[in-house]
Amino acid sequence: MHRSICDFALDLVQNSIEAQAALVMFDFFETEEELTVFVADNGTGMTPDQLQKARDPFFTDGIKHSERNVGLGLAFLTQAIEQSGGEFEIDSREGQGTSVKFQFDKTNIDTPPVGSAANTFLAALTYPGEHEMVINRKFNNGADIYSYSLTRSELSEAVGGFETSGSLRLLRTYLRSQEGVSEEQAVSRKK
Amino acid sequence: MNLEELRKLREEQKQSLSRRNTDNKDIQIIVGMGTCGIAAGAKDTLEAFIQELEEQELSTVRVTQTGCMGLCYVEPTVEIVMPDMPDVIYGKVDPDVARKIIRKHIMNKTMVNDHVFDRPAADIVEEGGNQ
Repeated sequence: MHRSICDFALDLVQNSIEAQAALVMFDFFETEEELTVFVADNGTGMTPDQLQKARDPFFTDGIKHSERNVGLGLAFLTQAIEQSGGEFEIDSREGQGTSVKFQFDKTNIDTPPVGSAANTFLAALTYPGEHEMVINRKFNNGADIYSYSLTRSELSEAVGGFETSGSLRLLRTYLRSQEGVSEEQAVSRKK
Repeated sequence: MNLEELRKLREEQKQSLSRRNTDNKDIQIIVGMGTCGIAAGAKDTLEAFIQELEEQELSTVRVTQTGCMGLCYVEPTVEIVMPDMPDVIYGKVDPDVARKIIRKHIMNKTMVNDHVFDRPAADIVEEGGNQ
């Protein structure tokens, strides 16, 4: 089971990339009480039958691991949503794409911790592939308010691709600055 | 920071990089980021590699992600490919182990035996190490 809401979100983004999407939209909106994630892609999509089975932990399309019959990403998410009173919606059309929206109530004691948005965006943006990705982030807890957008192709051009440690370091610095996280804060949060 | 400042920072780092040793470009770190990897904390592992590579001033190491490597029981898994060392898949790579892999395997060409889970022949791994 995933530890944080960010882990669930990253898993959905990877589903989109693996569905051969050319464009992935990833919204990550957070208030003091709620966290809403929306992931939409224009990938292969699913038939109504596949969509119905997608939440079954013992169903997979068989492409990645032909010998295995597990697909835990959505199953983990819906389980966490059910136990903490959140909301979940999925829509998919074969040949057109898939969209997933989920919302967690941050005040519910059974809601997992949010996790690090900066680290999640770092992993999501740098997952290999030729696709475009647009991330919209909004944060408002009453005291701290910020919002920003990230476009994968723009960031890739700015840091010189996502493959070397030097360019990933630059991207990490940039993402942390967007989240207002200094190196010192990151270290103390880990402690 | 905006995109223009990010580009400027890249230019500054390019100049300082050209003055340093860049023979680490044949080294590749591949982090397993499947559902199993994510569940076990691979996101933090990836970030720890990037942070440690920065601290050790290794700027041209290739760091990439892949899906499940089939070793779900020892996630997070990481494969290291580099000259003069066998290709190794390490398991249970939390941030501390990631830092150890950079210091021992990449910088000193010594395997982190307790976390080797695939690839090298059994006789390469010292007694007591996992396989």
